[in-house]
Amino acid sequence: MTRKLMPMAFVLAAGAATSLAAAEVAPTDVVYDDYGAIEAPLTDAPTSLEDGAKVMTTRSMGNCVACHAVTALESAPFHGEVGPSLDGVADRWSVAELRGIVANAKKTYDGTIMPAFYKTSGYIRPGDAFTGKAAAEPLPPLLTAQQIEDVVAFLTTLKE
Amino acid sequence: MTRTKLTRTRLGATLGLLGGLAVAAPLAADENADLVINGDLKITVRAEAPAHLDGALSEITSGWIYRSDETQQLEMDDFDNPGMIFVDQAMDVWGTPDGTEGKSCASCHDDPAQSMAGVRAVYPKWNEEAGEVRTLAMQINACRESRMGAEKWDIVKSDMVNMEALIAVQSRGIPVNVAIDGPARETWEKGKEIYYTRYGQLELACANCHEDNYGNYIRADHLSQGQINAFPAYRLKNAKLNAVQDRFKGCVRDTRAETFKPGSPEFNALELYVASRGNGLSVEGPSVRN
Ligand code: HEC
Ligand code: HEC
Ligand code: HEC
Repeated sequence: MTRKLMPMAFVLAAGAATSLAAAEVAPTDVVYDDYGAIEAPLTDAPTSLEDGAKVMTTRSMGNCVACHAVTALESAPFHGEVGPSLDGVADRWSVAELRGIVANAKKTYDGTIMPAFYKTSGYIRPGDAFTGKAAAEPLPPLLTAQQIEDVVAFLTTLKE
Repeated sequence: MTRTKLTRTRLGATLGLLGGLAVAAPLAADENADLVINGDLKITVRAEAPAHLDGALSEITSGWIYRSDETQQLEMDDFDNPGMIFVDQAMDVWGTPDGTEGKSCASCHDDPAQSMAGVRAVYPKWNEEAGEVRTLAMQINACRESRMGAEKWDIVKSDMVNMEALIAVQSRGIPVNVAIDGPARETWEKGKEIYYTRYGQLELACANCHEDNYGNYIRADHLSQGQINAFPAYRLKNAKLNAVQDRFKGCVRDTRAETFKPGSPEFNALELYVASRGNGLSVEGPSVRN
């Protein structure tokens, strides 16, 4: 791995801080601008690059590498090719734009295959996770506010 | 939607770096390979798309071409194809009387090599008397219930799936040719609508994966066009023959959606529609998949 993840001490401190009640923006209160960007962070708790990397590579979480190749996450096997490589993504998009793409990419790319990770309703035949059984809306979003911010923090390190 | 195709070289390089993990790596597929079974049975795995797919696809392809060399090979010889054992088992059932009438399939249909030749290729099919589109499974159950006085089979369980394999094998190499006009049209339209509907919390339609992204990897899975010309499919993953609608169910479930039930009007309509997307490919079942 070329990029160093955040020093352990910082991550632990961040972990401790999140356990204090952080102010969060609920999925239904998120304000997107006309191009799909979100200016304000979804939580004021500190972020962890390491947790962001975990969300991106873990099947039950973001599983971003299912569709995107990311050189910095090479230690996780099998990166897909449905979406573009995320290498250098921080050179292409601002933090606000990245936040908007991760929270609900459909506001940036109309009709994209990329799932909306911070959305709770408006689905057709929503299911209870991967059980195939019905679930009532609002569903829990695919990622929490904290997880979105951790992922956004990680993405901002992806510079060419 | 932009379709991003990264080169296989890049993927190869990524895998190379994994070194020790290589055992679990997706194995290379030869998308240009041709399928000949037992050295002489030519299977059409690439064909011009049927007219109704105009604007969506120009070429249709069997899922076989996206599988690894090893998996591809298992289907090239019936002695290696683990699905063929179940065809033998179904042949025993074919000749065994069941139900109140004391009849077996053979009582009326004699030798399946003659009576069932070409049948798989045209199902699902409109049945005039019943006034409905029947999948092959529905037709088999209709014979069991009304002609044999026997219980219906569960359409995703082995009795049914194995029997479908026995019937499919009599049509191997024959082009799929399901009718989509006339009285079947309404059902077909319904299936088409389902195919393009983005279900579940992941908001994915069949088309997002199997029309827009076939040939691409999604994590370790090499996406095919999701054709059903090759069903039933023996999957190395569960070591049995799998029914078409069981596959549909798995794919819908993976979008974090409430699935439809196998045998439901929705899945029957979807089966007709997906079958019609394969018009021109050979009947290939029982196939081998991972
Ligand atoms: C089902 C596939 C899929 C998944 C899963 C997915 N994405 Fe995407 N993503 C795409 C596609 C496709 C695009 C390109 C936009 C388009 O054309 O639709 C994209 C675009 C992006 C972009 C902009 C890329 C650029 O170079 O401009 C970012 C950033 C991004 N995704 C991040 C993520 C993150 C982070 C996750 C996980 C939380 C994720 N994606 C999960 C398919 C996916
Ligand atoms: C008592 C006689 C009888 C028995 C027993 C019987 N069938 Fe049939 N089957 C028919 C008749 C008659 C038809 C055609 C008329 C119709 O559509 O129902 C038919 C049609 C079919 C078809 C459709 C053929 C086509 O060309 O469309 C299939 C497949 C089939 N049967 C399978 C089976 C199987 C499998 C069994 C045993 C489980 C079985 N049948 C038992 C009488 C029988
Ligand atoms: C998230 C992506 C995704 C979606 C959406 C999806 N599938 Fe699939 N499907 C797969 C994967 C991965 C496989 C296994 C590899 C392959 O054959 O594509 C598969 C396999 C299949 C197969 C087996 C093909 C063969 O030759 O063995 C069929 C049939 C199929 N899908 C039909 C469908 C239908 C119908 C829908 C819509 C209800 C659907 N899929 C939705 C990912 C998807």
